[in-house]
Amino acid sequence: MDLFHGRFDPDVLARWVLTRAHPGWLGLRYRAHGVDWCELELPWRADLVGEARRPVLASGPIVSLMDMAAGMAIWVQGGEFRPVATLDLRVDYIRPARERAAVIGRVQCYRRTRSAAFVRGSAHDGDRQDIVAEVSGVFMALDPQRMVPA
Amino acid sequence: MNEHLTAYARSLGIRAEPAVPGEAPTLALEFKHELEGRPGAWHGGAIAGLLETAGYAALQAALRADERDPLLKPINVTVQYLSTGRPRPAYARGRIVRLGRRNANLSVEAWQDDPARPIASAVMNVLMVEESPG
Repeated sequence: MDLFHGRFDPDVLARWVLTRAHPGWLGLRYRAHGVDWCELELPWRADLVGEARRPVLASGPIVSLMDMAAGMAIWVQGGEFRPVATLDLRVDYIRPARERAAVIGRVQCYRRTRSAAFVRGSAHDGDRQDIVAEVSGVFMALDPQRMVPA
Repeated sequence: MNEHLTAYARSLGIRAEPAVPGEAPTLALEFKHELEGRPGAWHGGAIAGLLETAGYAALQAALRADERDPLLKPINVTVQYLSTGRPRPAYARGRIVRLGRRNANLSVEAWQDDPARPIASAVMNVLMVEESPG
């Protein structure tokens, strides 16, 4: 499968990118997408807890969730799978996730130039109106010719 | 030092380097497929996890020195990705920019071969809540 060329198919891509490497290890799941956004889910897992005193997901996996949802939003918006790299990502933790709750993140690619993609999104743990985290970030497009497989 | 790491940090494989007196803890993380993003590169989320963990390690070391044990709540983090993380170990160390009663501001850098050439940096704000006794 040539991931860096051809028309973007979110369904095919989700099965590929979310089952391997870091997203696969976290168990990220595809939920939905629109013309310029993508929504993923980070399931609850005891070994991703960030505090000794309470069973809530750490902030780190939430960054990974939003980073991955942002990358997929950029691919959805652009209609093709081009490699991108995160340049800058800001996460505001509005409140802790509920105990033993999965976290759902939706990120929109609201502006794209030749080399940069601007994203924003939010995460919740069941109620879309009750936000857990807000994110904004900038990604840079990479030249597929320069991609070196591991 | 390792016993202070969160379940998440231990799951990633983060470990503390031997302590250096007067210096914030340096954390190390070996590259593995579970931390990969693009083929042959670290995932940005894994780097962010290492940076945040190093930030908390620096803060907890300073709080222990002050005999404080507050509940730490993340306010926000801004991560700058400076260059691609290559399939080699990565290291991170935090610096306390400001330590108040309720807020701490931390600056964290991650590097691979040369601490003077960071691959990513982060600024973190952390809220500290002192638990009332009993």
